[in-house]
Amino acid sequence: MHLTERRIDNAMVLAASGRIDHASAEDFKTALQPYLKQCEKGGDVVVLDFSAVEYISSVGLRVLMLAAKQAKSQGGAIAVAALQPVVKEIFEISRFTLVIPCFAGVRDALAALSPSAFAAYGAA
Amino acid sequence: MLIRFWGSRGSLPVSLGTAALQEKLVKALVAASGRNLDTEAKARAFVAGIPDFAVSHTFGGNSSCVQIDTGGDEYVICDMGSGLRELGNSIIAHDPQKSHTFHMFMSHLHWDHIMGFPFFVPAYRPGNRIRIYGCHASMEQAIRMQHSAPSFPIEFDRLPAKIEFVQLKTGQRYDIAGLTVTAKQQAHSGDSFGYRFEHAGKSVVYSTDSEHKLEDLGETEAFASFFRGADLVIFDAMYSLADAISVKEDWGHSSNIVGVELCQMAGARRLCLFHHEPISDDEHLVRIWRETQRLEEITRSGAPLEILAAYDGLEIVI
Repeated sequence: MHLTERRIDNAMVLAASGRIDHASAEDFKTALQPYLKQCEKGGDVVVLDFSAVEYISSVGLRVLMLAAKQAKSQGGAIAVAALQPVVKEIFEISRFTLVIPCFAGVRDALAALSPSAFAAYGAA
Repeated sequence: MLIRFWGSRGSLPVSLGTAALQEKLVKALVAASGRNLDTEAKARAFVAGIPDFAVSHTFGGNSSCVQIDTGGDEYVICDMGSGLRELGNSIIAHDPQKSHTFHMFMSHLHWDHIMGFPFFVPAYRPGNRIRIYGCHASMEQAIRMQHSAPSFPIEFDRLPAKIEFVQLKTGQRYDIAGLTVTAKQQAHSGDSFGYRFEHAGKSVVYSTDSEHKLEDLGETEAFASFFRGADLVIFDAMYSLADAISVKEDWGHSSNIVGVELCQMAGARRLCLFHHEPISDDEHLVRIWRETQRLEEITRSGAPLEILAAYDGLEIVI
């Protein structure tokens, strides 16, 4: 799975797409790993732009749980944003809205995680 | 086949307390306002028609016990949780003199799955035959131990019924009481075993106390194969997915999400959520049930998967 990156100040916005399921979750995990290393106290905040993600299965959600756990242990911040309605429902039914912060859009996520990135996003 | 649920709760039996009962009464009375319910028949008809399941029903509190009725003379039962007591009482009430044969299939030997046996009245009747099947080598020891002092006053050897223990192996097909039975090992503390029962072209899978490690694709495929084309999968959906893979990882249970995914992969026809969390009240369980129906709907790619939620007294015909 390919993640399209966009740097906004200290925020790394990563856009995923398609289905994150048993066939693609391992690739998603591998693609995410380099960014998670930088997701630490004083480092990058990571925002996963899910606007083009059509579906996520339990194994994909597990990747997000591990990512949130790693970021937290490093003092970093990670969130998902712009969930499609179906994916949003999957997050709610699985109670994953309690595992990783979810925001209506990338702008909302940046506003919550990084004031400087939010300002840069607004200026762009 | 008729599947009858005598115990649907996980870990520990619970009961509906006064506060919860009164809350149901309040909601029912408000819904009944303005209606003429001056006879018990009218009141019963009204209660039966209340659309809110959490008002008209309770999921009940007995621990795991499920009967598989093929119409034969012999009883086939999965697990001997506290629900077994009521099953035994029901048999005695209907047929007080007749001798019976019981086939008990044990998922595992944790207390909530064996605690009904000392209160199973047919075990105290001479002439009854009880065959207890399982894959754990310590099966007989566990059943005997709970009959021993200081836990219980009647020693196992004093039970008048003829009781036998039958060791099963995973992956083998057995013909028992007219059913073809296959066992599968599951991840749980001390191991648990799921059973697939087949009879006259129909199949039911009893898979409780089973944790699924999502990262293990081979394990996922093995379970999908075990569930393949089943008419009914009775599935441990005790926790939310978020809990099952984080704070309650390695606690040995699964979630509604994984149940739906496995059944969809397997092309099963019905999924019955089972082994309910003791702290969940009726409203919460109804919410989980409705959400699971919605999840199935939004993720469906083939034939529909019917989503059911087990409650004590539920009967499913397959």
